[in-house]
Amino acid sequence: MTDEEIPVSPATTAEPSVPSGPSGPSRGGGEMAIMQLRDVSVSFGGRPAVRNVTFNVSIEQVTALIGPSGSGKTTLLRALNRMHDAVRTAQVTGSVLLGGIDIYGGALHPTLVRSRVGMVFQRPNPFPTMSIYNNVVSGLRFNGIRKKSLLDEAAESALIAAALWDSVRDRLNDHAISLSGGEQQRLCIARALAVEPEVLLMDEPTSALDPYATRRIEDLIGELKDRVSIVIVTHNMQQAARVSDACAFLLMAEDRAGELVEFGPTAQIFSSPTDHRTEDYVNGRFG
Amino acid sequence: MSVLSLDPILSRRAEVQRIAEGSLRRRQRRSRIALALCVACILVALVPLVAVVAYTVERGAQSWSVDFFAHLPTPAGISGGGIWNSIVGSLIIDAIAAAAAVPLGFLIGLFLAQADGRIAGGIRFAADVLSGVPSITVGIFAYGVLVTTLHHFSAIAGSFGIGLIMLPVIIRSSETAIRTVPVDLSEAALSLGAKNATIARRVVLPAALPGLVTGMLLAVARGAGESAPLLFTAIGSQYLTLSPFQPMAAMPLTIYLDGIQAFSDLQRVAWGTGLLLVVIVLLLSITSRLVTSRLGRTRR
Repeated sequence: MTDEEIPVSPATTAEPSVPSGPSGPSRGGGEMAIMQLRDVSVSFGGRPAVRNVTFNVSIEQVTALIGPSGSGKTTLLRALNRMHDAVRTAQVTGSVLLGGIDIYGGALHPTLVRSRVGMVFQRPNPFPTMSIYNNVVSGLRFNGIRKKSLLDEAAESALIAAALWDSVRDRLNDHAISLSGGEQQRLCIARALAVEPEVLLMDEPTSALDPYATRRIEDLIGELKDRVSIVIVTHNMQQAARVSDACAFLLMAEDRAGELVEFGPTAQIFSSPTDHRTEDYVNGRFG
Repeated sequence: MSVLSLDPILSRRAEVQRIAEGSLRRRQRRSRIALALCVACILVALVPLVAVVAYTVERGAQSWSVDFFAHLPTPAGISGGGIWNSIVGSLIIDAIAAAAAVPLGFLIGLFLAQADGRIAGGIRFAADVLSGVPSITVGIFAYGVLVTTLHHFSAIAGSFGIGLIMLPVIIRSSETAIRTVPVDLSEAALSLGAKNATIARRVVLPAALPGLVTGMLLAVARGAGESAPLLFTAIGSQYLTLSPFQPMAAMPLTIYLDGIQAFSDLQRVAWGTGLLLVVIVLLLSITSRLVTSRLGRTRR
């Protein structure tokens, strides 16, 4: 089957997985796990914020992290590309396997982890002193890539994928902040894509955008998943239902640490969750 | 299914990862060099600081004794002299200076934090210029304003000079502290029907308090260490004087006046006074740090 035919909600059609290699990058489709979270816990200064989360991020799918405020969604997301390294008091335990290798195991340098697991933040944060083009290729340059043809090729491909190419191709040297909010966020997506990561983490990428710009980003997410596996944090139930293939529902425990209540295909989480708390949440009864 | 090796995304991903991995060692080396440079610069900055403090401690500690703090100075050649009058004098001079400069500087800072017009710009510029004026010039100015007109040296003229040194520090630190309070808070108060004065008093100033106190303590520390504004104003005294309209001793003056004497007794007094001043300034800085962290924590 081709990439275009991947069903939106694979819950109903558990397709036979096509093993396209023992591990590592592959665009083969199927239910192979690109990332495996094993008992992942995050604490700040000894206070637990996320506890013992285990689930798989399937390749070329969109996995949504949902749950009320304070349930540790963003904290968990940031553990997936070692963003907590920058916080001195933060401690991550358990393992996060990327293509079979634990990113906390010492075999992979943190900067290389982040070049393979990109991130898009809540608010658009293009580098204000850089042009549109320089923003897009900044990640490549940070990683030591200087070859002009590779930069140009990656920039064009990323901007096309982010649905921004047509509107900026004639003004690539303009400042990035001349773009609108929605365009800035798509620029940030292009910037993340240009490094050709295997996984893209999105932390409420539409929370600062208007409905129209939100819609465009959501459409984009659906188009991107044959290029990069996506993990998205969202507050918005409809958004999770619209864009994701699988959902992880997190909830704050007694001691305020986030715990995984339920993980499963989005269709199942929204129609027949196994845990009553999931049902309450997705039906808007709390949170 | 497409042939994997021909997939442009996959082949680019492979190339990017190959170059990123290949350049990692070079990037790490550069990062280590940059880190080493930073450490070297810190060391260069620390060496004179440590040297000055160590030397002052070594020389000054020899002259410290109960008598040193509790006695008045003795004439040159007679041992057992102390700096009690200088300690009291510094307290009086700096207290008067701070009592005038703190409210004035704070109010100006408050104004600057709220106003962005041409007047505010002018005041800001003036404050910057004032902070750059050599302290000896401030001393001459204080001499011209308060000594020549009153026809005698006085502690109050010294306070005037020290206050002028403190003022720009307080103005700028107050403005900065008040400006760092998020506008959201002011807007929230505004939307509840508060007047500007109420907002400043009930919302903005409490939030800015740690910064304000820190700035004021640092300004006092700065003023307490100045000798030039006192040279031809408070002029110094061998006696314990309490009237601000009389010449008065002060620690920085004692350091200068005794330090240039040929008698080793007096030089020792100067070192001891210098050490005391260093300790006082250090304590003020530490206090300001504590204030920032203590108040800052409860208010977050």
